[in-house]
Amino acid sequence: MLAKRIIPCLDVNAGRVVKGVNFLELRDAGDPVEVARRYDEQGADEITFLDITASSDDRNIILHVVEQVAEQVFIPLTVGGGVRTVDDVRRLLNAGADKVSINTAAVNNPQVVADAAHKVGSQCIVVAIDAKQVAPGKWEVFTHGGRNRTGLDAVEWAQKVAELGAGEILLTSMDRDGTKNGFDLGLTRAVSDAISIPVIASGGVGSLDHLADGVTLGRADAVLAASIFHFGDHTVREAKELMRARGIEVRL
Amino acid sequence: MSKVAIIDYGMGNLRSVAKAIEHVATAATVVVTADPAEVLSADRVVFPGQGAMPDCMRELDARNLRPAVLEAARNKPFLGICIGQQMLFDHSEEGNVPGLGIFKGEVRRFPADKMVAADGARLKVPHMGWNEVWQKQAHPLWAGIPDGARFYYVHSYYVDPADPAIVAATTDYGIPFTGAVAQANIFAIQFHPEKSAQAGLQLLSNFMSWKP
Repeated sequence: MLAKRIIPCLDVNAGRVVKGVNFLELRDAGDPVEVARRYDEQGADEITFLDITASSDDRNIILHVVEQVAEQVFIPLTVGGGVRTVDDVRRLLNAGADKVSINTAAVNNPQVVADAAHKVGSQCIVVAIDAKQVAPGKWEVFTHGGRNRTGLDAVEWAQKVAELGAGEILLTSMDRDGTKNGFDLGLTRAVSDAISIPVIASGGVGSLDHLADGVTLGRADAVLAASIFHFGDHTVREAKELMRARGIEVRL
Repeated sequence: MSKVAIIDYGMGNLRSVAKAIEHVATAATVVVTADPAEVLSADRVVFPGQGAMPDCMRELDARNLRPAVLEAARNKPFLGICIGQQMLFDHSEEGNVPGLGIFKGEVRRFPADKMVAADGARLKVPHMGWNEVWQKQAHPLWAGIPDGARFYYVHSYYVDPADPAIVAATTDYGIPFTGAVAQANIFAIQFHPEKSAQAGLQLLSNFMSWKP
């Protein structure tokens, strides 16, 4: 049986892993290669890098990070953050990424999803969707960390990008992100049930049970978390042991 | 010293495959090449592939690599990966294109009506993630790899060989499908050993010391 995946997410700023503390300051959390290797050893099924480098001068640094990690860590790597064009996608794949995640650029120009999928294959294209609840059972797509409304319904948007050729959806609840209150399970389930490509649940994980809930109640195919692993609260292995105890198929 | 050629016909990133092989066979010379002469002079050949099979076949022929691939598949230790496995067969439903015809059989899409898990949940396509690989024959490339070990898959099509004797492994995803085939000097797999952590590295290491 196919295992549900656990994906640690690393924020990378100018070539270093960083952790946000109370949304105020970024603290250095180490060398991306070392952190990625540690998660690989714990049994992570994939690793996602989110490039949060603000300066465009430093944007090529992520390519070197990906190259170095891909030389030493032999599990799938997804890279997102600031991906705008098919050329950006190709550069990241050539550096060693297996999948590239597109967020704002897909909203601004949905054709980039189709063009990228056509060029490199759907299996390499993840569309990241940041959504906020706007009414009961209704979620809207936002960009720029939840600041900008798009007018797009999250479920319809997921269906549209799947049709355009996305191979996977990374779905983040902006209501839950950073709260540690658990995934927005209604959102996760609504999107997962509406499309035939895999959905990664993200945003809000504060306990290992939240990860399991994302799969059992949210029907996610994979669960992504950052802080629960970064701050040493839990290891990926502990997460998998709990998921297995709750009857979820995992790679252990 | 052993030289391994990874055939590069412009479809996808081969860096990970090369790095994984360098990682397990430090003494080997690993070349990523589109040059038929390099392929023919190698001791071992890896035939990868990503994307859509019609594009892969077109790009292979655009680089005039077909004769070298067919020649290598006749006598060298030969590892097909992902679309590089599918292309060894007669024909694919994807784009309705002929393959290289080394193996009899069809490349099929996961049937929508069978994509239901035991618990009734819908199975997503692409089949993406870590699934169990059940070994159907003893083979040197399985050395040190437990039966049912998980490997990383990402695909929407799978091979359906006409000859069941070449099936080296199956995986269950709605239906049991062929995950690996083996015949003489050829071993070909749908999953990605370069992304399958320890099990994948073991398989690549086995390939590098394989003497068919």
